[in-house]
Amino acid sequence: MKKIVLPIALVLVLFVMAVHLFHRPPMPNLTQLQLQQTYSVKPIASVDHTRFEELQKEFATPQEVTEACIACHNERHKEVMASNHWNWERISYVEGRGIERMGKQNVLNNFCIGTNSNQQSCARCHIGFGMSNNRFDFENARNVDCMVCHDHSEEYIKGASTAGYPDRSVNLSRVAQSVGRPGNINCGACHFYGGGGNNVKHGDLEDALLTADRSVDVHMAANGINMTCVDCHTAENHRMKGTLYSVSSTHVNRLSCEECHTTTPHNDRMLDVHTGRIACQTCHIPTYAKENPTKMAWRWSEAGQLKDGQPFSEVDSMGREIYLSIKGSFEWATHVEPEYYWFNGHATHYILGDKVDSIPLQVNRLLGIARDRESKIIPVKVHRGDQIYDPNTEMLIQPKLWSEAKGDSAFWQDLDWDAAAAAGMQEAGLPYSGEYSFIPTEMYWPVNHMVAPKGESLTCAECHTREGGRLAGLNDFYLPGRDKHAGIHVLGRLLLLGAILGVLVHALLRFVSALRNNKMKSEDIQ
Amino acid sequence: MAQLVYVYKQFERFWHWSQAVLILFLALTGFEVHGSIYLFGFEKAVIYHRYAAWLLLGLIVFSIFWHITTGEWRQYRPQLSKLQAQLRYYTYGMFKGEPHPTHKTLRNKLNPLQALTYLGFKLLMAPLLVSTGLLYMFHRSIDANDMVLISEIPLEWVAWLHTLGAYLLLMFVIIHVYMTTTGATPLANIKAMLTGYEELEEDKSE
Repeated sequence: MKKIVLPIALVLVLFVMAVHLFHRPPMPNLTQLQLQQTYSVKPIASVDHTRFEELQKEFATPQEVTEACIACHNERHKEVMASNHWNWERISYVEGRGIERMGKQNVLNNFCIGTNSNQQSCARCHIGFGMSNNRFDFENARNVDCMVCHDHSEEYIKGASTAGYPDRSVNLSRVAQSVGRPGNINCGACHFYGGGGNNVKHGDLEDALLTADRSVDVHMAANGINMTCVDCHTAENHRMKGTLYSVSSTHVNRLSCEECHTTTPHNDRMLDVHTGRIACQTCHIPTYAKENPTKMAWRWSEAGQLKDGQPFSEVDSMGREIYLSIKGSFEWATHVEPEYYWFNGHATHYILGDKVDSIPLQVNRLLGIARDRESKIIPVKVHRGDQIYDPNTEMLIQPKLWSEAKGDSAFWQDLDWDAAAAAGMQEAGLPYSGEYSFIPTEMYWPVNHMVAPKGESLTCAECHTREGGRLAGLNDFYLPGRDKHAGIHVLGRLLLLGAILGVLVHALLRFVSALRNNKMKSEDIQ
Repeated sequence: MAQLVYVYKQFERFWHWSQAVLILFLALTGFEVHGSIYLFGFEKAVIYHRYAAWLLLGLIVFSIFWHITTGEWRQYRPQLSKLQAQLRYYTYGMFKGEPHPTHKTLRNKLNPLQALTYLGFKLLMAPLLVSTGLLYMFHRSIDANDMVLISEIPLEWVAWLHTLGAYLLLMFVIIHVYMTTTGATPLANIKAMLTGYEELEEDKSE
């Protein structure tokens, strides 16, 4: 009896020990609980602008509103005028170029191409009044548009092609009295609708975020923590935190998830060790454009076609615009899986006047490789298309697109590439040979928003798999579960095969010799 | 005269069989992590492989202690003089029905070929797998959290050597299991390793 009881008791003790050793009860994530508590309390305005006499009057021009703002906030305009939102450029040191002023003024994009010669229209998203050409006075504080960011009346709207002036219908007095901390729609007015419509450019910034639930964006969800853009993109002295590499090029003033969530947010060492080389966004934003479609391709080369002598537009079965005579053809997509690239926080850009050095041309390149410790894998929306190009000067062409009326060389009026190219390049102060063609172009947009609930983040095997994983295209490092050394594989299999064959042959020989020896023995006995 | 001798002590048997189970389990989970087979799913395979690895490391520590304190480590000193005879037996003699060239005794449980093989196992294969395994385990680091460790050694080298070690170990297992059938009867050796008792010729030196 004792002989049975003792081993059973031992096994049971071992079992209990094993359970105790390997069972991890779910631990509260204290960092996250703290963050949730912090952002549950929403900021309250410290003043009520409706009660200021200075604002209780009719404003004839928006500049008068700015003057009223500056009358009290008498140094703030200087901060604004030092910002990228105002200057549309920033000074940065770019490897191979030196000190460079870069921004919307001279960097090209893969959508409406560039602002030069089109300011009257593009300035709808400039925080100023009267940027109608490239001679805008960046020193004039009266032209700072405080309202576009601080309006809370939801009435303020910039006019279409009015050089950044508000629409004539806006009641400036009401807007001025409503001002406060920027809300999501203030940022979204430009950042959701850039490129000519909702979600066209970013793919992860769109007006669905105004009414998102947790499955769309855990941070901005109305039924979640309900955060606003400026909760993360803080703006000490009007200097917004965060950079987007469509126009930014250096690892400065960058905003990262880790600032709140730390580099060890998982309560799991196995996951935490990933944070050194994988950006949070990579696993936590499995798809973008979750609600409304985003543009994945824009081919300018197809622009200019006519139907019955008239410009036309085409929509697909989902109601998405897929052709416009003035713009070319588009491709749209929803629930897009990002592409993945190494990125170290630095990017280079095609600047107006540069020689094209590769086809397809990347109008911006995200720098980074596996070997570089500072590089992390990030999710990227890659927008592919084509653009007008001068084969003789080997430059991309900045065409003049917008004009009020026909006959002013603007492509959107006259559908004449040659005239638009000549006018645009002249305005930019660059040569145009008189000959043009189209080359494929790409633009890289890091995906940072629309963070999914944790249950929807990528699972291990979506990358750690032999074939067809998310990182299948990123081959400059060893990924367990995906990569193998062909030689060792073959050698290993040969070893195993050799062992099995050797054993079988040996066994067979033994069997045969045993039979023979037995026979000899039995013969001996006889 | 043959008599029943208590050859394999309790710890020895526990060590042998738990090591066998762990190695097979590590092979399964390891080749799943490597992407060769699908069994538990990558995530679980990684976790199981780590737990099993730590258990095996613990077992190795205990067995080293046991070998040193009991003096059993001497069993692995290969008698090179009789190696040729042993090789001749396995490749020729045993087919002719010749007797074993060496006699198994308590002091000499392993024949010269066994001793050499197990010595290779303990001094080459196991250290290769353990060292690359530890490098693998601690390779990835949380840079920003100042836990930078051994990332200077390329992970592919660590992984390749670990895989190579795994193949070698599997090859060893195949041959090892087969060789157990070369005792007095095909199951005699396995039975001995299970019960501890084996029929041995009388040790004439004692």
